Amino acid sequence: MPKWKAYHRPQHVQEALATLAHYQGRARIVAGGTDLFVELLNAPAPFEALVDITAIPELRTVRRDGPWIVVGSAVTHAEIVASPLIRRHGTALAEGCSVIGGPQVRNVATLGGNVVHALPAADGTIALLALDAEAQVASSGAGRRWIPLSHLFLGPGQSAVDATREVLTALRFRATAEREASAFGRVMRPQGVALPILAVAVAVRLDASGQGIERARVSLGPVAPVPFRSRRAEARLRGAPTSPDTYRQAAEAALEECSPRTSRYRATREYREEMITTLLPRVVEVAVARARGEAWARPRLEAVDHFSSFGAWRAPS
Amino acid sequence: MPTLRMNVNGQPVEVDVVPDAFLAHVLRYRLGLTGTKIGCEEAECGACTVLIDGQPVNSCIFPALKAHGTRVVTIEGLSNGELHPLQQAFVEWGAVQCGFCTPGVIMVAKALLDRSPAPTEEAIRAALKDTYCRCGCYLEMVDAILVASGQAPRHTAINGHPPASPKALRAVGRPLPRPDAVAKVTGQAKYTDDYAFPNMLYGATLRSAYPHARLVRVETHRAKALPGVHAVLTAEDIPGEKHHGLMFDDWPVLCYDKVRYVGDAIAIVAADTPEIARRALELIDVEYDPLPVVTTPQEALAPGAPKVHGGGNLLKHIKVRKGDVEAGFAEADVIVERDYHTPMYEHAFLEPECAIARVAEDGRIEVIVGSQIPYEDRRQIARSLGVPEDHVRVKGAFVGGGFGGKEDIAGQIHAALLARATGQPVKILYSRQESLRVHPKRHATWIRVRLGATRDGRLVAAEVDILGDAGAYASLSDKVMTRAATHAAGPYDIPHVRVDCYTAYTNNPPAGAFRGFGVTQSAFAIESTLDVMAHELGRDPLELRLRNALRPGATTSTGQVLRESVGLVSCLEHVGHHLRSEQGPEWWHPFPNPDDPARVRAWGLAACYKNTGLGGGAPDWGSAEVEVLEDGRAVVRTAAAEIGQGLPAVLAIIVAEELGIPYEHIEVALPDTDTTPDGGPTTASRQTYINGNAARMAAQRVRDILAWAACEALGAPQAELVFRDGLITARGRAMAVGEAARMALEAGRRPVARARFEAPPTQPLGQGGDMHVGFSFGVQAALVEVDTRTGEVAVLKVVNAHDIGRAINMLGLLGQIRGGIIMGIGNALTEEYPVDEGIPFCTTLSRYKMPSIRHAPEIITFLVEDELPSGPYGAKGVGEIASIPTAAAVANAVYHAVGIRVTKTPLDQDWLLRALRGQQGTPSAKPRHHGGHQGHQGNEEHAVPQRGPKDVPFLPGQTRGTDAHNEFGRRQA
Repeated sequence: MPKWKAYHRPQHVQEALATLAHYQGRARIVAGGTDLFVELLNAPAPFEALVDITAIPELRTVRRDGPWIVVGSAVTHAEIVASPLIRRHGTALAEGCSVIGGPQVRNVATLGGNVVHALPAADGTIALLALDAEAQVASSGAGRRWIPLSHLFLGPGQSAVDATREVLTALRFRATAEREASAFGRVMRPQGVALPILAVAVAVRLDASGQGIERARVSLGPVAPVPFRSRRAEARLRGAPTSPDTYRQAAEAALEECSPRTSRYRATREYREEMITTLLPRVVEVAVARARGEAWARPRLEAVDHFSSFGAWRAPS
Repeated sequence: MPTLRMNVNGQPVEVDVVPDAFLAHVLRYRLGLTGTKIGCEEAECGACTVLIDGQPVNSCIFPALKAHGTRVVTIEGLSNGELHPLQQAFVEWGAVQCGFCTPGVIMVAKALLDRSPAPTEEAIRAALKDTYCRCGCYLEMVDAILVASGQAPRHTAINGHPPASPKALRAVGRPLPRPDAVAKVTGQAKYTDDYAFPNMLYGATLRSAYPHARLVRVETHRAKALPGVHAVLTAEDIPGEKHHGLMFDDWPVLCYDKVRYVGDAIAIVAADTPEIARRALELIDVEYDPLPVVTTPQEALAPGAPKVHGGGNLLKHIKVRKGDVEAGFAEADVIVERDYHTPMYEHAFLEPECAIARVAEDGRIEVIVGSQIPYEDRRQIARSLGVPEDHVRVKGAFVGGGFGGKEDIAGQIHAALLARATGQPVKILYSRQESLRVHPKRHATWIRVRLGATRDGRLVAAEVDILGDAGAYASLSDKVMTRAATHAAGPYDIPHVRVDCYTAYTNNPPAGAFRGFGVTQSAFAIESTLDVMAHELGRDPLELRLRNALRPGATTSTGQVLRESVGLVSCLEHVGHHLRSEQGPEWWHPFPNPDDPARVRAWGLAACYKNTGLGGGAPDWGSAEVEVLEDGRAVVRTAAAEIGQGLPAVLAIIVAEELGIPYEHIEVALPDTDTTPDGGPTTASRQTYINGNAARMAAQRVRDILAWAACEALGAPQAELVFRDGLITARGRAMAVGEAARMALEAGRRPVARARFEAPPTQPLGQGGDMHVGFSFGVQAALVEVDTRTGEVAVLKVVNAHDIGRAINMLGLLGQIRGGIIMGIGNALTEEYPVDEGIPFCTTLSRYKMPSIRHAPEIITFLVEDELPSGPYGAKGVGEIASIPTAAAVANAVYHAVGIRVTKTPLDQDWLLRALRGQQGTPSAKPRHHGGHQGHQGNEEHAVPQRGPKDVPFLPGQTRGTDAHNEFGRRQA
């Protein structure tokens, strides 16, 4: 009595969709499976069949398409971290993906899986939100459509992508240009589940002087049931001078609209709130410094440190 | 079934697999490549790492069909006749202990070197981030990978080599690779689950759905009817004793009237496949009548509490009395009192429990199991089978870590019952999740310490009250909590001591042996309180300890007068000297991280002692057999279990030393109750001491036989013969030991001898005298860094000194010390096994974080070899001591860094940050030179009302440079 009676590895998206259609809801998509298999093995009645999309060549590429960086949903975390395109034009995503698991997990776990898992603290997803990413979803009836990433999240672990009928095929975001940069940071705790206490990603565009912020996008998790964009923090940053005061105000603005929870064995609401005021300004500062091309703020993706939150960067001396 | 085609280790492979097969299962159980280990099936531990197209992946949850068309490399594919440089370096640099993580670690390292031929230490740590080693040989792994890539080692080398003891003999005291290291780095070492037999069935165990319930009905008909099921057994099918236990038989083999925790076994199944066995469990109908849950020992001892067993919930009240504490406190100028709490901890040995039982050709039951006590397993199995002990044979296998967690029975009896019922071999392998749920944990404790001292730093009285959670069954609670109590006043000569320790049954998972055996908990409490006292007295914490340290002639809390081998003062001096040279006379002062001033650093230290051997009046003995073969090799046989700690190397070294046979020519057999004599339990840091002695005695007897055979041929009296380099020489003539063995055999004497070593008698607690044959001592200083923005704490460096009597194998010894320290860091920072209403939180390994390579600090070790006369070459135990003081050292360092007293482990950054924010006055986000002892404004959340300090105003600087301080300073200068 196998847990699932078939394991399909289609070569094309259409084939994947046709296979799903054949099972009429009794099969689902799987990619890296590093989270999903653990869940399925403990589930009482998993699916009749699994449809593995990691053999679909189209879903395994990172490419530039005009203003967009397009990342196939089955691209692994390791490939993202290694991608010069993403390191340069979506630094926060490379950073977010670099801190997940060890090399064994990053070699298998995919960005699409991270997004569809829909955890409010998912590192890759938080980074994508700050990059204002869009997701491409393919379904038998509706063909392919691009939708804003934030529309995918219905609740903790609940994705709008119906993995029994649809395939998340790609994610895309606009390549950062001159005077733009992004950064990612998180606070972990050493005990218990390896999910962030708080993850923050920021993308900024500076004005021509380099001394003011033209616009910013700020995302955080877990501070709400779904990965969260703080519009208030973004508004506070927009048009403001690049200064510690500005960054602190942005954190305060984020606090006003975030509602982090106290979770037993994880963190108190108070702690998470303080981490917002601690981490968010720091990530903005790094993103701004990067947009200016300051060397100290360059990403150090291979770095390990005793600390998770501030270790990757050394402050300017 | 779909066909999987792939290339494995250079060979094309074609195998039909079920659609839900994972790669690790196919490799291990279909292709026989058992070098790939399975530790968790959650992609958490990394033991199952293999390379797929050159990339490391966790094969335990990698779908086998996804490997179609790929090149897979496993540990077996690394060596072609000779060892890969990584394997060689892992052997030589001590990067192997229990060996269960080793294949996975080496595969990660292989992928790293393929990509980056000369990686930095930082890159090595990044690569091994999620590949866990519970023995904690992370620094050795770093060195091995550096060496394998042509770089210089950084952690283990002195002049480019692993160090030898200054007292080294020919073999004793040298840094020698483990005899089993090559088998472990090549994946050839067989752990229990690596064995398979024809017609083998798979067992599974139905666990309780409730922490406390009456069993109304257990109905197995539907399960029995499932095709592929061969047996379903419940309590009524047990022919013999229905309970087991290491001390009290209170643990049902299968529950029949009630269940007492969620790991309780109700029924067992044997089936053709593990999947059918698990399915059968779902078909067993159990009707429960839930009972109120006893969640804490406080609740257990409250009037009217529900009873976990028939009698009261109090399992044991342990009393330690020395002097007159009332008089002692009357003499004190300063009295401090603090409450502490330590939670349950999980062993998390990387090899989950496994047992295979079969009916042997002679009709007896044979059980293969990686146990810490093979003969005790045999006794318990035989009792439940209702047969004499010699009708059961227990054979050991390699053990992937134990740490105390493999002393109690797991699946041994169940497998034997199922094999007997079916007549077929039966394997019971626990999943990681089952292991977490079932086996006994470290006791959660609540400890109150009251300590009195005179103003000049003399400790005059200590009162300690301990409450320990025994969980659902007794296991070794009596002994563990006794050890917690007897060591509760620390390694100090305090004239007046009262300790009361209570341990009670609850409906939590049982608590039993765990490295440190109760002392881990009480050491955290007393060593934290020592620093509170040092602070109140305005004294150097090191000096306070030195002043009161146990010395020869001192009396322990139990009234044992120490005669010799008390190296504590020397340990304190080594660590103190290092601290003062590195940090200056006021070594405890905080200082900022130069790159990031919001991170504050400081040192803290703690001392401890730990008995070697069972003690307390228990007969403590072990037996070993040594045989010299005609080819000049020697075999050592004992059922003393090796669980990673390095016993085979110790025994081989001792035999090599005694017989002058090269170390590499000595083989140490696995335990087997038919062929190896009883070595007793692997517990209480006793194996080097007990069975080291037994092996030494046996080797000396064999030497006599060889000398008897050789003396005529060499023309010299036996007394003149010299055993060296595999030769026996005298008067210019030489003969190979193998030749002497052959001559002895021809003359009718087989060159084999057994010896039984009995430890000197000890006294039970309460009777004074020698409660233990000896003690090891340890002092550790931890350099921590506290991020004052986040509350995060990291341990950067641990300077330590341990008195272990005598170093037998330097490589193994350093591994035990460093591994112990890293486990101690786990106690301090990362680990906790919370239980809520009898339901454990850690249902998966992803919820229990043992220290990773990221937590491994720089470790600087000083050895103190203060020999114990009854130990082999003077050796005492080292298995536990190094894990005991670390948590207190870390807590004391955190106090020095930010002025917050940590009274609960593990340290919670959330709590710490809130405590920092709650501090009065000083802004905590900046490093402060609070002076360690002056004007401290800490917000000690768990502090209880204090007496003494409020009445004794402290004048800064007044007590600096006391006699004891200067004495120490002079000695170091």
